[in-house]
Amino acid sequence: MYLKAIHQNCSGCGTCRLACSIANFNEVRPARALLTIEGRFPAPGDYRIHLCDQCGACAEACPEEAIEQVDGVYRVKPERCSSCMTCVDACPYGVMMALPGDETPSKCTLCGECAAICPREAIALMETREGAR
Amino acid sequence: MKKHNVLYGYSGWILRVDLTHGGVRKEPLDEDLAQRFIGGRGFVAKLLFDELPPGTDPFSAENLLIIATGPLSGHLLPSSGKTHFGTKSPATGGYADSNMGGHFGPALKYAGQDVLALSGRAAKPCYLLIDDQKVEIRMAEHLWGQGALSAEKQLKTELGEDFQILTIGPAGENRVRYACISHDFGRQAGRTGVGAVLGSKNIKAIAVRGSGSLPVPDVAEAFAAGKEAFRKVSEKPGFKAWTPEGTAGITNWCNEVGVFPTRNFQTSYAEHYTRINGKAVLERLKITDKGCYCCPTPCGKYGHTKTRLGEAYVEGPEYETIALFGGNCLLPNIEEVAYANYLCDELGIDTISAGAVISWAVECFEKGLIAESRIGRPIAFADLESVAYLLRKIAVRDGIGDLLAEGVKRAAQEVGQGSESFAIHVKGLEWTGYETRNAPAMMLAYMTADVGAHHSRAWVLGHDLAGAWTSVHDLISSGRGAAKQPPAVIKPECARYVIDSQHTRPLFDALGVCRLQYMELGFEEHHYETLFHRITGRKLSWEEMLGISERIWNLTRVISIREIPGFGRSWDYPPARFFSEPIPDGPNAGYFLSKEKLDQLLDWYYQARGWDANGIPTWDTLLRLGLPEATEAIGVR
Repeated sequence: MYLKAIHQNCSGCGTCRLACSIANFNEVRPARALLTIEGRFPAPGDYRIHLCDQCGACAEACPEEAIEQVDGVYRVKPERCSSCMTCVDACPYGVMMALPGDETPSKCTLCGECAAICPREAIALMETREGAR
Repeated sequence: MKKHNVLYGYSGWILRVDLTHGGVRKEPLDEDLAQRFIGGRGFVAKLLFDELPPGTDPFSAENLLIIATGPLSGHLLPSSGKTHFGTKSPATGGYADSNMGGHFGPALKYAGQDVLALSGRAAKPCYLLIDDQKVEIRMAEHLWGQGALSAEKQLKTELGEDFQILTIGPAGENRVRYACISHDFGRQAGRTGVGAVLGSKNIKAIAVRGSGSLPVPDVAEAFAAGKEAFRKVSEKPGFKAWTPEGTAGITNWCNEVGVFPTRNFQTSYAEHYTRINGKAVLERLKITDKGCYCCPTPCGKYGHTKTRLGEAYVEGPEYETIALFGGNCLLPNIEEVAYANYLCDELGIDTISAGAVISWAVECFEKGLIAESRIGRPIAFADLESVAYLLRKIAVRDGIGDLLAEGVKRAAQEVGQGSESFAIHVKGLEWTGYETRNAPAMMLAYMTADVGAHHSRAWVLGHDLAGAWTSVHDLISSGRGAAKQPPAVIKPECARYVIDSQHTRPLFDALGVCRLQYMELGFEEHHYETLFHRITGRKLSWEEMLGISERIWNLTRVISIREIPGFGRSWDYPPARFFSEPIPDGPNAGYFLSKEKLDQLLDWYYQARGWDANGIPTWDTLLRLGLPEATEAIGVR
């Protein structure tokens, strides 16, 4: 499965980010969300959703091979990670997160809670990566 | 910082900033305060009652500006983005508050505070920065004079897009009595002049970024309750119907039943309403829906407009702006209403009061009560140039703008010559978007709203207009055409409808949640009981919550009694137009409510509230509501 952003449906409510932080970190704390919403105001006056589509650029960039694809999801192996944060710079969507207080970066786990909660159907789960493009 | 018990749902702290001395202090949120007043509007009322020195001038350093979230603000549930602002009113001299959507309140909580209490006055233009635990008062001379939208963009550029920002425009700096506080390029704490109070404190902006978490008793249970609420609300029949047009969608209905303020409330029906309705917003302006925090049904429509005066990006117009500029000022199409909306947003002026003040000025000009030489040019209804000219004058208090910046009550007192009878306000706050000469319950709602003539306290038109609506579908884009209405029935139940609504709607302002899902979509109260329990760990029935809302209502009345000499019944009347001039045309042609009928309504209302004939809460009532502290403040025995 792959996450797909349908930007024109997004109204910037941020429910996805709140759900993400609760699902992944067990905290009501959207600052730890693993996706971002960019409001472009006043012009052009719209929203852009930045999320992980499991492209693998992080794994390719990692010098320690600390990011592995398991069941279609790229995951950080903390025990191998050297905290160089090369992957953070490599992510084309800016969603490999170096969260304050964490030694290792965090990324989307494809839990699907963002897509499930989005009241605007602005995030969808797709069968194929091509479909998510 | 002193340690204290965790208060689930809340951040647990009040941040106090003394702008005169630059002092910043955090104190624990008092558990008793949370239990007795819930949050938001309740905190605003209690803090103003306890801490505002009686008799304070609204623009003096001693006035307080309280910004308060509720226990549900920032949590995962439908529409948890609300923030409440309160102060002593520049408009009425009594209790004032204004509620705002957007994302500021949740950010304030994530930064660790439920309440931000501002006192004093900065020596020079400043802005307040709250970045988690870091709190700084910073110079803002480079922002002073900028528009509210421009200043927000400038601060986002300087500080980062992840800051949530409040700004004022020139109107707030110049203490226009209906200046607003702006946020997120189109949300406002619009009413009662809270922006003028912020300006009087020399504060141009407040920027907040929070990275903390909010405590709940059990994260999984709160998450499950929140997800269930989102799922259930999406099943409501109005869920999909509401969003396309948002509040603008009721423009048709308001004209079809004849409650649309038109030509300075001379009549209640605008023939051109299909050119300024929700469909027009959708088809001619909209770029995107723009939601408040966690909102599944965003009212905000962000769009772009082009007029002969210029083009603009603007959020809206929403219904109230359509009513006051499209109806009351008769602007002929949605593009021009949107441009007036943009000017107000940039200048930092409440669109409701501005539309009311300008339409009053045009009527005065037409009747020869204000001379062209005083205004500087002719002004007219249905003329965007007149609106733009006056807005710019008002924002900087230039010439005629200085008079109009005082609000319609004070301006009419100065102009005199009978202009008071069509200065449409209650207590000094301009009337919002519903004409009520054939709607006795709604008339009573406006007369008794604590902040002045505002529909946010009670909306009871459905009771007045027999069979008018039963669901949101009847309200939105009805398209049935205007029809002659029967005369409204005046009955004791009118008071009950108003009182029930005055407890229900403001309760949401205490919880920190938007009332739209409950009021417009019929999302049931038991959901809020469950969410309140899962988030705060405290069990309160809906009736108990309404009881607290009644306590708050009586406390805001007590504040106005304390602050306004002679406050009472005489402050609860509409202007003479509404009890002496029949509506000239439209669905309610020929109707008005006589003074005797208004007195009957007030008598029923005071009696049902447990207030005396002068509208003062009795000793028994205040004690029944658990407000012993209020009896002494207003000397009731």
